[in-house]
Amino acid sequence: MKKREIQEINASSMADISFLLLIFFLVTTSMATDKGLFRTLPPPVENKEKPKDIDVNKRNIMLVLVNSNDKLMVNGEVIDVTRLKEKAKEFIANPSGNPDLPEKEVVDVPLIGKYSVTTKHVISLQNDRGTSYQAYIAVQNELVAAYSELRNELSLSKFQRKYAELTDEEQSAVKTVYPSKISEAEPKNYGQVAGGAQ
Amino acid sequence: MAKFRKEGGKRLPAISTASLPDIIFMLLFFFMTTTTMKENTMMVDVKLPEATELTKLEKKSLAKYIYIGVPKRELQKQNGTEARVQLDDAFAKNTSDVGSYISTKREAMPESDQPLMIVSLKVDKDTKMGVVTDVKQELRKAYARKIYYTANERANNY
Repeated sequence: MKKREIQEINASSMADISFLLLIFFLVTTSMATDKGLFRTLPPPVENKEKPKDIDVNKRNIMLVLVNSNDKLMVNGEVIDVTRLKEKAKEFIANPSGNPDLPEKEVVDVPLIGKYSVTTKHVISLQNDRGTSYQAYIAVQNELVAAYSELRNELSLSKFQRKYAELTDEEQSAVKTVYPSKISEAEPKNYGQVAGGAQ
Repeated sequence: MAKFRKEGGKRLPAISTASLPDIIFMLLFFFMTTTTMKENTMMVDVKLPEATELTKLEKKSLAKYIYIGVPKRELQKQNGTEARVQLDDAFAKNTSDVGSYISTKREAMPESDQPLMIVSLKVDKDTKMGVVTDVKQELRKAYARKIYYTANERANNY
């Protein structure tokens, strides 16, 4: 008796089917990973009362103003955004102990030891409603860059590694030396006509 | 004499395509794993600003998106040429819609993820800060304090 052979399934259309699926996924998905600046907003102001004016010594504040023409003013001096990082670094670290720059305090930091830190410094950022978003991001970026460069310098000198490669404890030690203190002023209307819904 | 050539020229055997589906499937799985579904159709034009100190958004499932920019050309007739806020697939009528949008989004998340929610702001670089500030105030009121200014990498540093 002749044994009947099982017919093989024709698989030539399989390629077409999977091509179709492939093209579907290529069209509906996006590969781009999001990158950006991560920030945390302050909690909302609970009561309508005017927030208490905290007594901050003038030397401890770096006031960064951005106007509606995207011009930058730091502590009353008009500067270019390219010089902001250098200014901010000098302000945060105050390496020469300048009496016009933030006061220093010796803090016992774990893993690092005694280190004089400008604990009370604040960078206050104020922008106009007419400032362009690009200018705002550029300023934020420079300030973040100032902090990360200072942290990197300290990590390299103390631990011989970059900040990103440190362990969690080492990172928090570096953070106590250079705590990120960027505060954004409560929005005010400066009376200038500018775009935006109310 | 030795024969060098067989008579009646031999035909090349057909190339087997049996492995083709496997190759395509491999490609398919590669794209399925490395990509994510498009979040929304864009109704506003967004050209992201440029910056250098960027961090990657690790968990996309925790991110909720808010787009701000000028409506696309074909939508400008109804929506004007002023910068608008896009939430999901619609324009926000005014900025106070942002708060309710964020709270509905947060409630839809699993409870363990709710405090980790990140709001990713995709804002056109020519937008005036007035709109952005209003949105930020709404986010503060809604206790969505972790925000993320999406930006493109700038190749050259100053």
